[in-house]
Amino acid sequence: MNGKIPLIFVIGTLAGCAGTQSALDVHGEPAVHLRQLMLILIFVGVTVWVIVVAALAYAVLHHRSSPIDRAARSDRRARFIVTSLVVATAVIIAGLTVASFYTTRLIDGIGEPEMTVVVRGEQWWWRVTYLQDGQSAFQTANEIHIPVGTRVRLQLESADVVHSFWVPSLAGKQDLVPGRTNTLTIHADRPGVYRGQCAEFCGLQHSHMALLVMADDEASYRRWYASQLAESLVPDQPELARGKAAFLRKPCAACHRVRGTTADGTTGPDLTHVGSRGTIGAGLFDRTRGTLAAWIADPQTLKPGNNMPAVPLTSDELRSVSAYLESLK
Amino acid sequence: MIITSSRLINGLTMLLVGVALFVTWRPARRGFSGVARAPRGDRDQPVDCRDQSSPIRHAVTWSHVISWSGVAAALIVGAGVMGWIDEGRRFRLDPPVNSELDGFRLMPNGISGAPPEIDFARGQPYENDAYNLSQGKRLYTWFGCPTCHGDGRGGQGPSFLDGWWLYGPEMVSIVASIRDGRPHGMPPFRERIPIEQIWQLAGYVQSMGSYTPKVSAPGRDDAKHARPAENRGPAVMLFEEGPIGVHPRQGPSP
Repeated sequence: MNGKIPLIFVIGTLAGCAGTQSALDVHGEPAVHLRQLMLILIFVGVTVWVIVVAALAYAVLHHRSSPIDRAARSDRRARFIVTSLVVATAVIIAGLTVASFYTTRLIDGIGEPEMTVVVRGEQWWWRVTYLQDGQSAFQTANEIHIPVGTRVRLQLESADVVHSFWVPSLAGKQDLVPGRTNTLTIHADRPGVYRGQCAEFCGLQHSHMALLVMADDEASYRRWYASQLAESLVPDQPELARGKAAFLRKPCAACHRVRGTTADGTTGPDLTHVGSRGTIGAGLFDRTRGTLAAWIADPQTLKPGNNMPAVPLTSDELRSVSAYLESLK
Repeated sequence: MIITSSRLINGLTMLLVGVALFVTWRPARRGFSGVARAPRGDRDQPVDCRDQSSPIRHAVTWSHVISWSGVAAALIVGAGVMGWIDEGRRFRLDPPVNSELDGFRLMPNGISGAPPEIDFARGQPYENDAYNLSQGKRLYTWFGCPTCHGDGRGGQGPSFLDGWWLYGPEMVSIVASIRDGRPHGMPPFRERIPIEQIWQLAGYVQSMGSYTPKVSAPGRDDAKHARPAENRGPAVMLFEEGPIGVHPRQGPSP
C-alpha cells in the first residue's frame, strides 16, 4: 500500500500535461515560445540541482576526518571553487534573464491582430462581446469562438475585481483590471477546444470561472457567427411558448437578455443563444436541460455566493423555462 | 439569533486568545529580563542566564522558543477561528424563509408595519450585515435605481439623503415601496426582483438615509465619492439643507 501512493501521485500529476488545458500541449504561437522558455528553465534548473547534489554527496562521503589537516594548498583550491561557482551562478541567472526578455519580445511580436473581441471578467463568469464596426454585434458568455489561424486581439476588462485570463494552450496569462483595458493576442494553429480559467484569485467562486476557446475552421466560424448574430428562435411548441412566457413574466428577464423578446437585462449573461453553448455557470456543468433546471432551481447550492438569486418557480414553470432555454440554439 | 451567538463566540475566542497569549507570554518575559528562576533547589536565588557556564541558560533559550511558538500558534488558531466565524455565511436561503420575507404586514396607510418574525429570528441581517448591505449596493445599480434616484441624492425621484422620508425609514416601508411601488412614479418591482434581493436593496437604501451611522458598511465605491459614504450617515450632514425637490406629500418632520 505504501508503495502505491507515490505512483498514484505521479499519475495524477501527469494527467495535467495533456488534454484541453495544458501549457505543455501548445497550439498557439505565444504558448510555443512560453513552453520553450519553460523547458530551458527546467533543463538548467535540473542540471544545476544534479551537480549540487552530486557535490554534496561527494563532500559527505569524502569528509575530512579531523579539522587539523588544513593546508595552504586546499585553501587555494577552495578559493578557486567558490569564485568559479559565483561566476557560474551570475552567468546562469543573466542567461535566464536574457532568455525571459527574449521570449517576451517574441510573444509581443506575433503580428497585427485581424479582429477584436471584448472579454469582461465578472464575479464569476466571462462576458464576451463581439464587435462589428466598433459597435457590439452580440454578446455571449464563457465561450469564445475564433477562426483557426487568425490572430485575435482580446480586449480585457473587469467589472469588479482583478481577474486573469489564462488559456495555457494558446497564450500566457493576462490580468483583467477594473478601470483599465489590457490586451492579449491569441492565435490557434489547429481547430479544437481549448479550456481556460481565471488565474487570479477573485473571490469565493474563483475556481468555477472557466471558459472555452473554440477554434473553428473558417466555414464553421462564419456559420456560428451568423447564428449568434440572429435573434432568438421563436418557440414552435406549446411547452416552449409557456416557458418563454414564464421567463418574461418572472424576475429572469430583469437580469438576462434574450434578443427578440422583451427580456433586456444586462446584469447576467446574455441568454439569446444559451442552448448553443457547451457549459453553464462558467464551466460548472455541461449544458443540458437537466443542468439548466438544476441551476435555476437552486443556484446557491451549486455555486454558493454567485449573483443569481433563487427565483421561486412552480415545477411546471421550472420545466418549461428550462426547456425554453435549452431550445435557444 | 445567529448574529448574536456568533458575536458571543467571537468574544469568547478573543478571550481565549488573550488567555493563551498571557500564559505563553510569562516565560518569555522572564527570559527578556535575562533572569530566570532555578528549576529546583535555591528557588529564591535569581540566576544570571548570560553566564555561559550556567546550565540554566539552555532552559531559558528553550522557554523562549516554546513561548514564541505558543504565541504564534495562538494567533494563528485565533485568526482561523475568527475568520471561520465571520465567513460562516450561508448563501442559500431556505425556501420557507424566503417566502416568509414576503409576509410582512403593513399599516393601512402603507407606512410602517410589522416585519416578518423571521427577520428578528435571524437578527435583522438585511439592516446589520455588511454582506447584505454590499449586495444591496450592487443591486442598486443593477436594477437601474440611479436612473431616478441618482447616487442617493435624488433626481427624477426623491432623494434618500436629504433626511426626509415620505413613508418612514422602517425596513417594511422601504421593502413595500420597492415591491409594490408608490404613487407618483415609483414602479412596482414585484415581478422583477426576488424578495430577498428587495430586502437587501431596502437595507442599503435605509443605511444611506440613516441619521445614525451604522456599524456595518457596504463595499466602498471604486470611483471618487461624490457624497459622504453610506456608513457615515450622510443624511445627518445633508439634512440641514432641507428637503430636495419638495413633494406635496412630504411629511412635516423627518
